[in-house]
Amino acid sequence: MGYQFEFADVLAQWPLFLGGAWLTIQLSILAIVFGLVIGTLTAIGRRSDSRWLVRLCGIYVESVRNTPLLVQIFVVYFGFAGLGWRVPVFVAAVAALVINLGAYTSEIVRAGMDAIHRGQIEAAECLALTRSQIYWHVVLVPAFEKVYPALASQFVLLMLASSITSQIGAEELTAVASRVQSETYRSFEAYLVVALLYLLLSYVARAGFWGVGLLVFKRRRKLGTLL
Amino acid sequence: MGASFSTTHLEFLLLGALWTVALTLIAFVGGGLVGFAVALTRVSGFGPLRWLAAAYVMLIQGTPLLVLMFLMYFGVAMAGMELSPLAAAGLSLTIYVSAYLGEIWRGCIESVPRTQWEAAECIPLTRLQRMQLVILPQAFRIATPPTVGFMVQIVKNSSLASVVGFVELTRAGQLVNNSIFDPLPVFLSVAVIYFVLCYPLSWWSRKIEARLGVHVRLQAQ
Repeated sequence: MGYQFEFADVLAQWPLFLGGAWLTIQLSILAIVFGLVIGTLTAIGRRSDSRWLVRLCGIYVESVRNTPLLVQIFVVYFGFAGLGWRVPVFVAAVAALVINLGAYTSEIVRAGMDAIHRGQIEAAECLALTRSQIYWHVVLVPAFEKVYPALASQFVLLMLASSITSQIGAEELTAVASRVQSETYRSFEAYLVVALLYLLLSYVARAGFWGVGLLVFKRRRKLGTLL
Repeated sequence: MGASFSTTHLEFLLLGALWTVALTLIAFVGGGLVGFAVALTRVSGFGPLRWLAAAYVMLIQGTPLLVLMFLMYFGVAMAGMELSPLAAAGLSLTIYVSAYLGEIWRGCIESVPRTQWEAAECIPLTRLQRMQLVILPQAFRIATPPTVGFMVQIVKNSSLASVVGFVELTRAGQLVNNSIFDPLPVFLSVAVIYFVLCYPLSWWSRKIEARLGVHVRLQAQ
């Protein structure tokens, strides 16, 4: 194999890589925040008394979980255009990621809520807690505590999946690789650098979620249950 | 305006869907074989081998499939070999699937109750016999629902083969869109076709999981 690796030209573009990584982080954080909210609302919706709401949430979750993210991104991107709205690529990318993550999160949160014992809710009713108090203190918070590890790995997967938004022109990390390779003709090296950066990001993210878990779920920390 | 979305275009999309199915099968068979080896290595008695498999899984699960696709596509070209888009896509999907299926199956192997391992040791079966006759048949039952569920992921992730120019369903959609520029109906049809491919698998996975759940519950009583 007569190939000489040449990283110098590629690494000289480090500000681009840094910018791309920063955009990947921004995309991921926005998608996680909004996706978590939508996912939780959907999970609550799927347990509601209104049959229509249950069905609507079910259709949302199933249609997202059974189609590829790439196609969802195209549909959202061209959907905005079809509605006559000119939105920046970044907004379309975040919207698609939020829609995607919302569906996956809702299934995880729902599993957590289903794991709450009926007796807990009955006990809360006996203590005359209001409906919203019950939902928050007895159902949602313990549910999140239970499924937090699954949520965290879903978030890391989302961070990796945000690479797909490069296909509509979001200038995140993967798009930077494609730009750098077209300038330096060093495609393999460019993608190798990006792969390493993703690897780094995913470990930092995992460590971060672990730390956040320790901070947020005080009860769990006191119980000594490892996340 | 050019031509609108017609049955000819739909036929082209369906042909693409056929390639999506083919690519999924290639990735599942290839990834399943490698993944099985990964799973066995992950529970092997030899430390360094276990570490190697763990590192492999960590490496692949920490990189996006899209980047893996590009690396494979450019990497092989760099080595001076010609690789067809199908081979590049099939290979990178195989690697990707092997890491995930390997982890899923390792979990299934490890979830076979400890007493089963110990009983097999007492009989006394060799390591190979224990795996083959006692552990794997039970792990296989546990593994069926998550494996079918992961098939859905493979179908969906095969859409990324479009970036290396392989004409599967998504790429077919892009090509149709390039010719008629009416993206919304095209990509909505693509989404519907994916849904038709994936939903039965999701449904089946849930069904066998429920059945397995009943079985496990009965055993626990």
